[in-house]
Formats: sequence, C-alpha cells, structure tokens
Amino acid sequence: MIIFRDVSKIYHIGDTEVRALDHANMHIRKGEFVSIIGPSGSGKSTLMNIVGCLDQASEGTYLLDGQAIEDYSNRELAKIRNRKIGFIFQDFNLLPKLTAYENVELPLIYQRMGKKGRQERVEEALNRVGLWDRRKHRPTELSGGQQQRVAIARALATHPSLFLADEPTGNLDQKTGRELMDIFHELHESGNTIVLITHDAHIAAEASRSIKILDGHVTDVNDASEITEVV
Amino acid sequence: MIGQSFKMAWASVISNKMRSFLTMLGIIIGVIALVVLVSIANGATSSVTDAISSIGTNLLSVTITDDKENPLRLSEMDEVLDLDHIAMAAPTAQTSLTASKGENSESAQITGTTADYLSIEGLNLASGRWIRSSDVENNTNVVVINGDLAADVLGVRNTEQAIGQTISLNGNHYTVIGVLADDETISMSFSSYEAYVPYTSLIRIASSVSSGITSFVCASASDDEIDAAESTLKAWLLKRFDNDDDAFEITNMSTIADTLDSVVNTMTIMLGGIAAISLLVGGIGIMNIMLVSVTERTKEIGIRKAIGAGEGSIMLQFLIEALVLSLLGCLLGVAGSWLILRLIYLISDFNFPMDPGVVVVATAFSLIIGLLFGLYPARKAARKEPIDALHYAG
Repeated sequence: MIIFRDVSKIYHIGDTEVRALDHANMHIRKGEFVSIIGPSGSGKSTLMNIVGCLDQASEGTYLLDGQAIEDYSNRELAKIRNRKIGFIFQDFNLLPKLTAYENVELPLIYQRMGKKGRQERVEEALNRVGLWDRRKHRPTELSGGQQQRVAIARALATHPSLFLADEPTGNLDQKTGRELMDIFHELHESGNTIVLITHDAHIAAEASRSIKILDGHVTDVNDASEITEVV
Repeated sequence: MIGQSFKMAWASVISNKMRSFLTMLGIIIGVIALVVLVSIANGATSSVTDAISSIGTNLLSVTITDDKENPLRLSEMDEVLDLDHIAMAAPTAQTSLTASKGENSESAQITGTTADYLSIEGLNLASGRWIRSSDVENNTNVVVINGDLAADVLGVRNTEQAIGQTISLNGNHYTVIGVLADDETISMSFSSYEAYVPYTSLIRIASSVSSGITSFVCASASDDEIDAAESTLKAWLLKRFDNDDDAFEITNMSTIADTLDSVVNTMTIMLGGIAAISLLVGGIGIMNIMLVSVTERTKEIGIRKAIGAGEGSIMLQFLIEALVLSLLGCLLGVAGSWLILRLIYLISDFNFPMDPGVVVVATAFSLIIGLLFGLYPARKAARKEPIDALHYAG
C-alpha cells in the first residue's frame, strides 16, 4: 500500500542543508491502522506532506498502491490527492462559505462526477458520520467535533485508498476527540487504511501499529512504552 | 466544470457585494461613458447629415468676391444653365428687413431669388405657390413666407389663410403667394423669420442689393455629376473673371457633407477612445481586487488543492470570477446608459437612440478586459504550492 524506500527530503536554508527526512523506510499495508508519532520538529509534517502527495521526496522511492510517486506533474499529483487520499486536518480546513453538503461534494466536483452520483456519495458519507440532517449548515454553525466529522465525510466521499489524518483531535476536547477516534475505529473495521499522525501518546496507542519519527529518522515502535518515550 | 466554476465565482461575487460593486464601478463608468458618448455623437451626426441631405448633395453655391468692374447680370444665369451637368441655377441676395402687418412687426431675413431656388434648396411649400419666372421679369411684389412669419406677423395659424394677404417689407406692400412648410431638421439659419421675393423686386427695396449678382446657387442633374458640374462651372467663372480664381468661391455641398462626416467620425472615435481608456482603468481595478482576493483566499486555494483541485480548476474559477465581474459591470453599465439616454430625452427632448453597435463593442471590450486582467491573478492562484497555501495564516 505505502512503501518508503530510502526517502529523504532535503531543504536548503541558506548554505546549510537540512534533512527533514533522512533515508526513511516504512511499509504500511492495506487495511492497516497506523499511527505516526513524533515530537514537533521531528519531520512529521514533511512525512505527511510526502505521503499525502502535497510534496515530493528529494531522494528515494515512494510507492502508493504500487505506483511510484516521483517526477509527477502538478496535475497528476492533484489527481492522486483527489482520488486516492482522504485528508483530515487538525484545523478541519472546511471552506467557510460552503455548507456541509457542498464541502463534502467539492472533491467529487473536481472528479467531474455527475450530479446524481455526487448526491449519492455525499448522502452516504454524511450519514456515515451522522450529520445528514446538518447538511445545510455552514462550518461556523457547527461545533468543532461536527466540523471534523464533516471533514471526515469529505474524505470518505471519494472512497480513497488511504485516510491521512494529521492531529485530527488536536483542536477538540477529550470527549469529542473520543467520539472521533470511534469513527476512525469504525472506518478501520470496515476495511479502510488509516494513517494517523499525532504527538498524543494515548491516541497513538489506539492504532494497531505505531511508527515513530525523530529527527527525520523513521523506526517501528514495538511496545507501547516506547510511545511515551518518544513524546 | 465550467458550470461549477461559474457557480463558485457567482457565490464569491455575491458574498462580498460592496467590494464587488466597487470593483465593477470602473467597468460600469467606462461602459456608460462609451455607450452614452458614442450614442449621442451618432445621434448628433445623423441629425446634421439629415439636415445636409435635405438641402441636397447636388448643390453648388458660388460667391463672387471681386466682380472686376463687370458684375454678373441676371441674364447671365441662362449661360450658367446652359453649362454641362448643371440643371438649375438661381441667384441669391440676402438682407434683413422689417416685416410688418398692422401692429405686428418683426425683423426678417429676406432672400431675393428666382424660380429654381425652391428645388435647388429642397424647400417645401405648405400652401400657395413659389416665385415664377414671370414674377422675376415683371418685378412683381410677391412674397413667399415661412410659417413663423405667417403666425407672428399675419397672425394666422392656417397657412391657407395667409395666401393673398398683404405684408409690408420696409414699408413696401407685398402679396403673400406661398407659405413654406416647417423644416423638421435643425434650421441652418439664425433668424426664424424668413421670406423670399423675386430677385428683381429685392433690388428696388433694399439698398444693399444691386443688379450685379454676388452669389448664386446651382444644382447638378444628379448627385453623381456634382464634381463634373463644379469643374465646368469653375471653367466658366474663370473665363468670365479674367482667369482670377480669387475672384469667386465655389462651395460644394457634398464636400461639406463629407468633411462634416469625417469630422464627426473623428470625434466619435476620439470620444470612444477616451471612454475605452476608462474601461481599461476599470480592468486594472478588477486585476487589483482579484490579486487581493487571491492572497486573501490563499488558504481556500490550499484546501481546494489538497482535496484534488488541479491548476486548471483553480485558474478557471478565478478567471470566471474576473469575467463575471467585468460582464456584470458591463450589463449594469448598459442599463445605466439606457437610463441616462432616456433621461436626456425626457429633459431635453433630444432622442439619442442607444447604438446597438457600440453595445456590442462595449460587451466585447469588457469580455476581453475581464480575460486579460483576470489571467494574471488566476495564474497566480493556480500556481500556489498546496503546502504553502494550506499553512498560510492569513
């Protein structure tokens, strides 16, 4: 599903070379629920950007669904993001002027799906997160938890290969965060691949497997005590 | 996709009404300037050219400035008539006299002329008849007056009643034989009181008019022959006045019409050009606001890109937004122009119809401006890197 082979991301700040990712190797299989954990500045965001095809690796190979993501044009990357990846961000990133329905519909519009097909998908996705009756509300009229559920519905609607969640509970209180994690577990149980990036040890421990990242180095976490060590 | 982009663009224009209106204002004013100015210029042109063509474009008028001690005689008019291409000729002498009847008295412009004058100048009679050759030969005291004179001096509204009445010109009694129809086009003369008497008759009552003809008008048989008629007339006049081409002046009505036409056309183009510049400025206003809008919406662009919008979709969205602004501005401008032209009609009674041609030009221009000035901001939006845009803290 996701294979990283010696992936590096190098930034040049003035004359100094910064390796945000240093020969990272990782393998995530289809249907897995994996958490990626690391303190801030560890290269988490870089990793997430590369996995999410928002950015490209400087070195190494990244295979997504057996397809090497390198030297792609911006147009092709946009297409991969649109069809294969469902993003869930810490600050929800819903479009404030669109209703819940329209927000969920947007990626389908970019897929050029017909109106009828879109309607079915949006209804299915919003029902899944239990917000169909709120479809006409704008993000500002929804609570944080509801907004994040709309964001999940938006990711769900395209039937992506991978759900990529970046600190999804970071802006939510504990109770709402809990509800959200339940949705992730449900998604996992119904066969979806989920990659969850977090610095919260409790959240990370809920995944079936954890990968830690520290100073650009990626390693597998074998037992739960290691998670707390990282953060 | 275009339908969706249009929906998005419309939503964005609507969500910020005040700003959208101010952005469009440049285009609105530009379009109003273009449409109103060109419509007025075209309206004015057609009323002036109507006035000229009612006189006729087969008209030549001659003024003799130096008679070489041998003034042109009335009998020589027949020689002019015999020239090739010339169908009609009539001498003219003008003076201002007091026309009176009883208590009523007005200063009127009196023209002394002959029978051909009516057709050469394209005048129409409301009632009665025009001066005949016999009137000229016998110095008859007959007069053809215009409607204003009939109404204000004779005090008759019905032109028929004026026929046969006597009117006094500087104390000389004249019998009214005809009344001219009111001219629908803008009058070329300053006085609204006009009267026409036989040329020979005017010589007797006006000291400023002598038997020597100082000006006359002639008409070619058709409009096409006007230039040929001018050259034969010139040759004849040169022979008559010792080959001195400063002794006389020939005015060709069709040349005047052409000149006037080109002057008015130049003016229309100039006015249109100035208005087009204001449209251009309006376009720059659109670009300015679009650039601000692109920066403001960096985050939105980032989100759209993250969920899979390609560069093409983002570009289309912003381009269509610029087009919606410019075309909506154009639409409001055309509506405003229509209102202003109606208002001018209601206030001043000048009816300047909205020129459909200039509306098409204004629309095409707005479209091009929207495209041109929307392209750069749209490209800027489309080229934003998704990560940078997503993390933009605007």
